[in-house]
Amino acid sequence: MIIHHPILGPRDAQEFVYLGDASLIGRPDGMTASIEEFHNYTYLRDNPAGAHRELWYHEQGDRSWLVVTRNTVTHEILQVELARDVARAEGRSK
Amino acid sequence: MSQSNRIAGGLIDRSQTLRFHFDGLPYTGHPGDTLASALLANGVRLMGRSFKYHRPRGPISAGSEEPNALVELRSGARQEPNTRATVAELFDGLTAQSQNRWPSLKFDALAINDRFNSFLTAGFYYKTFMWPAAFWEKVYEPIIRRAAGLGSLTRLEDPDTYDKGFLHCDILIIGAGPAGLSAALTAGRSGARVILADEDFRMGGRLNAETFALGDQSGAAWADAAVAELASLPNVRLMARTTVVGAFDHGIYGAVERVSDHLIEPAVGKPRQTFWRIYTQRAILTGGATERPIAFENNDRPGIMLAGSLRAYANRWGVAVGDRTAIFTNNDDGLRTALDLQAKGVDVVAVIDSREGGDLLPGIRHLRGAEVIDSAGRLGLSSITVRQANGATEVIKANALGVSGGWNPNVNITSHHRSRPVWRDDIAAFVPGSGEIANLSVAGAAAGTLSTHGALVTGDASARAALQSLGLTVKAVNLPKAEDAPVRITPMWYVKGANRAWIDPQNDVTVKDIKLAHQENFTSVEHLKRYTTLGMATDQGKTGNVLGLAVMAGLTGKTIPDTGTTIYRPPYTPVALGTLGGRGRGQEFKPFRLTPSHKWAQEQGAVFVEVGYWLRTQWVPKSGETEWRQSVDREVLATRKSVGICDVTTLGKIDIQGTDAGAFLDKVYANTFSSLGVGKCRYGLMLREDGMVFDDGTTARMGQNEYVMTTTTANAVTVFRHLEFCRQVLWPDMDVQLISTTEAWAQFSVAGPNARQLLQKVVDQDISDAAFPYMGAGNITVGGLRARLFRISFSGELAYEIAVPTRYGDAMIRKLMEAGAEYDAVVYGTEALGVMRIEKGHVAGNELNGTSTALNMGLGKMVSRKKDSIGMLLSQREGMTRDDGLRLVGVKPVNPASELKAGSHFLKTGAVAKAENDDGWITSLVYSPHMGHYIALGYLKDGANRIGEKMRAVNLLAGTDTEIEIVSPHFIDPEGERLRA
Repeated sequence: MIIHHPILGPRDAQEFVYLGDASLIGRPDGMTASIEEFHNYTYLRDNPAGAHRELWYHEQGDRSWLVVTRNTVTHEILQVELARDVARAEGRSK
Repeated sequence: MSQSNRIAGGLIDRSQTLRFHFDGLPYTGHPGDTLASALLANGVRLMGRSFKYHRPRGPISAGSEEPNALVELRSGARQEPNTRATVAELFDGLTAQSQNRWPSLKFDALAINDRFNSFLTAGFYYKTFMWPAAFWEKVYEPIIRRAAGLGSLTRLEDPDTYDKGFLHCDILIIGAGPAGLSAALTAGRSGARVILADEDFRMGGRLNAETFALGDQSGAAWADAAVAELASLPNVRLMARTTVVGAFDHGIYGAVERVSDHLIEPAVGKPRQTFWRIYTQRAILTGGATERPIAFENNDRPGIMLAGSLRAYANRWGVAVGDRTAIFTNNDDGLRTALDLQAKGVDVVAVIDSREGGDLLPGIRHLRGAEVIDSAGRLGLSSITVRQANGATEVIKANALGVSGGWNPNVNITSHHRSRPVWRDDIAAFVPGSGEIANLSVAGAAAGTLSTHGALVTGDASARAALQSLGLTVKAVNLPKAEDAPVRITPMWYVKGANRAWIDPQNDVTVKDIKLAHQENFTSVEHLKRYTTLGMATDQGKTGNVLGLAVMAGLTGKTIPDTGTTIYRPPYTPVALGTLGGRGRGQEFKPFRLTPSHKWAQEQGAVFVEVGYWLRTQWVPKSGETEWRQSVDREVLATRKSVGICDVTTLGKIDIQGTDAGAFLDKVYANTFSSLGVGKCRYGLMLREDGMVFDDGTTARMGQNEYVMTTTTANAVTVFRHLEFCRQVLWPDMDVQLISTTEAWAQFSVAGPNARQLLQKVVDQDISDAAFPYMGAGNITVGGLRARLFRISFSGELAYEIAVPTRYGDAMIRKLMEAGAEYDAVVYGTEALGVMRIEKGHVAGNELNGTSTALNMGLGKMVSRKKDSIGMLLSQREGMTRDDGLRLVGVKPVNPASELKAGSHFLKTGAVAKAENDDGWITSLVYSPHMGHYIALGYLKDGANRIGEKMRAVNLLAGTDTEIEIVSPHFIDPEGERLRA
């Protein structure tokens, strides 16, 4: 597969490490969340046949974490964003 | 033996003679021959034995679809089993052996299997070898493996190298027949970067095997001219002997180039094969078509082959397979073989045409509405039995029979993303389904356009479309006039009443097996395949698959499209594992990382151990030490008595800087670091989000906004990845920067009562206890060189870790040993390191096993609940905070002379050794020279409350049951007085 890195252009998937569902961005605050809420964050994933937002790490490159939107049926890559931008857009800060 | 079956013509160089051996006998051939064509030219039809029944077999094809003519090519370490003789290019000195026969190809003892064929039908293994289960390993499997093997392995190391390579292009064209050459000319002349790959050593595809003209040239001459023009274009790369084996995602194709397979051995510095990864914008599949047989009784004798292949042997290689040739066909293409052979002067004794009515071929005995119903001949064909339209049967003497059941487009690669081929009634074949592979188009026979004219036109059109979609200007190409015969076929799959009529000859799948599968309700194509093993041989059913499912369609009364088809996966043809492995074998299987003191350690005769990619000193034997324990015990005792030095560079080192560095560490560590004073270290415990311990190490605060983290050797990479995730994804606005400095610093542990005296001789600053207390950290200098010093201990002794820039690591170990000479300083390896950490009760990899919590390790209080950190909340889950859960304990044998065994489980005295009585297990075990007996760490249920309890350590595998006492995990200096000395 080839991932179009927002900064570095087309890169072979072998340069990356795959983590999984981009819902991991939405980590609850451990001081206020319930154990159940945290359990769901840690363990529960959707498994869509189709567009899937997922986290990839450019380990053999610039160390960017990316959010890659990939069609799990065709492997077509629909969008690639810097995970930091996505996290900020979702309201994450410090 | 002379080349008795060689006839005039062909694309071979008769000016040169090549000598070769098959089964020990000498033969000759010419450049341009394959092993199969040369053997056939020498009158050798018998080349192998079938998989199950050991039936005599010869080639049925002239290409990569060959199921029968598999040989062991070459000898010695270069011997390669299951090589298809039909694609093995002949070279001078070639040797090959037939396989799957004993004692000889002509007399094979296991041909007795053929007599028992009624027992060895589909599902035989499933039904027969069911039980008793204990018989599998000892009885059934050895018997089956001996009887039903193909080629043998030499078990010698392959002396050749295999490479991997990467190529980029605009248009990849797969197959250099008329469609591929036409596409390449259009694309190449227009300036696109083109790769044209073909599995054959001679480009041209069927043009080399046919007699018809393109314009005013022969097909082969036109192909030669086209290849010459393409070779002159700098933007075109021609790759003969290169099979495109798979289509992968996003325009990536895998291809195997047989760089040296046509040579007796590779040229110096050249690989045998190269696995190419080709990145392309567009791809055009012009892979042609493969002929399929018609099944009839005993249709597998040497001499019976596909009609188009018989024609190819005559036209391309100047070989008449037999001197009395018959043809059995259901379509016009079979007639072409008869005409070509007749024109070559070969005696065509009959054309058996299953179609009724229609014109008869002039000058040939052309039987319409007839079928071949049987054959005879012990090791090769001698006659066929024909049933004529009027029902009369007749035996016709023939030693070659060409069979044509029609042509299957080579759709394989189009299926690699799971697209299913679709049926076309007009050509009675599957053609590629809708294009699931982005930017791949199909042209020529592979697309079901089976005439030469059609191939040229569709190849050109595909190239034009690709060029236009890439925004490139198309230059017009004048295509030559070529034959444009329509496909005229009346489908006919097998002769009614036939049973032992082979469909998949390599795996010995017959019409009878398909009938049996039907009878037992394995009627879906996927079940049919697995029940009968149809198409599961090395040829992957290139000739047999469609035939098999057509037979099943006939039995179920369904149409072929309703019956469906299995689809193809990569690779298109078999790929040697060595080719996939490339250079990554032996020492090159993975890279080695060497510590800065490696050279010095080698000089001392150190024994090394692989730790991840690292080679670390395991122990350093001194003269007179014959057993590893002697060295390890000495290193431990010398360190505890005076001072020892260990290279700890392999531990991960991460510089963490920024105004939020402390707050960041509070998030990623379970304990608190923002409160750590500048110039101090602290042990840190890192959890996973699920509350299990992920990693540990000491982290020092070198400045207000600057920390240095250490990780375990094993997790250096994953911790860094995790920290980047936390920094970029979870807390994107924290001002914190990370860089891995594992390779930047050479770090040595200096441990033991004399550690300070030794180091004070080396460093420029005062490191007295007052100036540099326990858990102190700081930037110092060593003879003016910048260095870092940490007063931390893994051994339990007064200890420091000193780091210098890596390039000074070798000088540093020499300097430390020189300074340590007066204290009898030793270097200790990973074994002594392990002994000392277990004596001290520190956890390491065996305890940090991914299923243990801080509480299990006795470190529960380190998890701060005053702040949010990774894993904090889920570590508080009910099941993980039980008071009687596993706890880290120390273990010693009641009788000090007893040996403990690693992996032993804890059982109460008197308890039966079964799972429900299991109270925990030993995680780490060593002989402690300090204590004078074995000691261990382990996880014990409710362990904290069981100190002093006498139990048993039971190891059922080792057969040991040893009385033990549960003790504190801190075997030495539990108060930590040595550390603070």
